[in-house]
Amino acid sequence: MKLLFTIDQYVIAESLEEAYELNQSRRNVILGGIMWLKMGKKRIGKAIDLSALDLHKIEEDEDCFYIGAMCTLRDLEVHPGLKKYFNGIIEKSVESIVGVQFRNGATVGGTVFSRFGFSDVLTVLLALDTYVELYKGGIVSLSDFMDMPRDNDILVKIIIKKDNRKAAYVNQRKSATDLPILACAVSNVGNTWNIVLGSRPAKAQLISLRLSESLNEEQINEIINVVEDKIVLGSNDRGSKEYRSILADVFIRRNIEEILLGGNHED
Amino acid sequence: MKIKLWINEKEFTDDVSPDIALLEWLRSKGFYSIKRGCETSNCGLCTVLLDGKPVLSCSTLAIRANGKYVTTLEGVEKDALEIGGFMADEGSEQCGFCSPGFIMNVIAMKNELTNPTEEEIKKYLVGNLCRCTGYVGQLRAIKNYLKSTKEV
Ligand SMILES: Cc1cc2nc3c(=O)[nH]c(=O)nc-3n(C[C@H](O)[C@H](O)[C@H](O)COP(=O)(O)OP(=O)(O)OC[C@H]3O[C@@H](n4cnc5c(N)ncnc54)[C@H](O)[C@@H]3O)c2cc1C
Ligand code: FES
Ligand code: FES
Repeated sequence: MKLLFTIDQYVIAESLEEAYELNQSRRNVILGGIMWLKMGKKRIGKAIDLSALDLHKIEEDEDCFYIGAMCTLRDLEVHPGLKKYFNGIIEKSVESIVGVQFRNGATVGGTVFSRFGFSDVLTVLLALDTYVELYKGGIVSLSDFMDMPRDNDILVKIIIKKDNRKAAYVNQRKSATDLPILACAVSNVGNTWNIVLGSRPAKAQLISLRLSESLNEEQINEIINVVEDKIVLGSNDRGSKEYRSILADVFIRRNIEEILLGGNHED
Repeated sequence: MKIKLWINEKEFTDDVSPDIALLEWLRSKGFYSIKRGCETSNCGLCTVLLDGKPVLSCSTLAIRANGKYVTTLEGVEKDALEIGGFMADEGSEQCGFCSPGFIMNVIAMKNELTNPTEEEIKKYLVGNLCRCTGYVGQLRAIKNYLKSTKEV
């Protein structure tokens, strides 16, 4: 038995320009780890493989991490530099995604470009100062990218600024490796608090508020009220809008407390 | 498309269709240890090692193994027997359908993690599902196996 999707021709792109040109035809498709693609029945003309374009690396300098589109989710999870930053929430964002074998396949490019509603990874990346480098579109902030319509560009890498922000992440699942019912990331840098809710079940959304570095109960309640007001939650077969709303309240509070305590809260 | 790869150290060349999964192709070459379970990337039954890393062969194109080293249960018979022995001792030797993928992932874990804690073992093996027994006996077996590898 073959896979459900079919491929007429397999092209290992020799340059991003070649990959981009090929990707302009509706029948052709960029391949990430194919974890998602293989669930569909698309009849692919040319499958465009980016493996030869040196996009497998995670690099860092003083200011940023640069993560190539072909890095796997497992690469993110085990990278010593990423583990040290942002209270380890990047590792936390991927560790519940199916299993190690799966994460050795699924790529950063496929994960970010797809902008899935259920994404743990996008929820966390949105709480950080993250940018997306597109081959034609250049560098755009992840929050702008989330609102851009899907086009035929190519995601080359993501860039995360090392601004020493504190961060925390919590999610709820029905069983260990299922998709999340709700995902919540919070980060704090200076007086700015960033709250992200993902798996709402729609795609992750960010709210930034300028308050103060340490928050009192009243300010925490204010954050929760603003989030409730601005981020719309919905129902699907994993959870109702009402249930998500209760979870959101608890998760935002828990993440803020974790950050205020220095990031040692174990859930 | 032409591919050349090594399966359990032996070189293979073939002309493969671009949309054939590694699982399918390996089975067509006689590596029947690899089982087809969910085919939706969820159960871990089809686990093989690709350049030493555990991957789901149901969700990997055969073409992507080009130039790489594939390890299947047939290539690690000694370790498999040993791990199987520890599983039998704990009454968790299982149905035989999920065991190959499970054992391949245990081997990957042993190669990747030094002295894993119970939590780390569970995290590493969570992608290997069993539809009929449970995981407690397996966990005891894996701990005993890891302990024995340190004693040698
Ligand atoms: C069974 C299953 C369970 C999952 N569970 C979770 C979960 O719990 N949490 C979570 O966050 N995620 C989850 N995911 C999503 C997963 O983590 C990946 O995000 C997803 O598989 C896409 O990654 P991929 O590399 O497999 O992409 P592919 O399937 O290869 O590609 C996905 C799409 O992105 C396009 N694409 C790929 N790379 C690029 C690029 N560089 N530039 C432009 N377009 C590109 C492809 O053309 C395709 O349209 C799950 C997926 C599956 C299949
Ligand atoms: S058959 Fe590959 S994960 Fe289930
Ligand atoms: S014993 Fe093999 S699936 Fe349960």
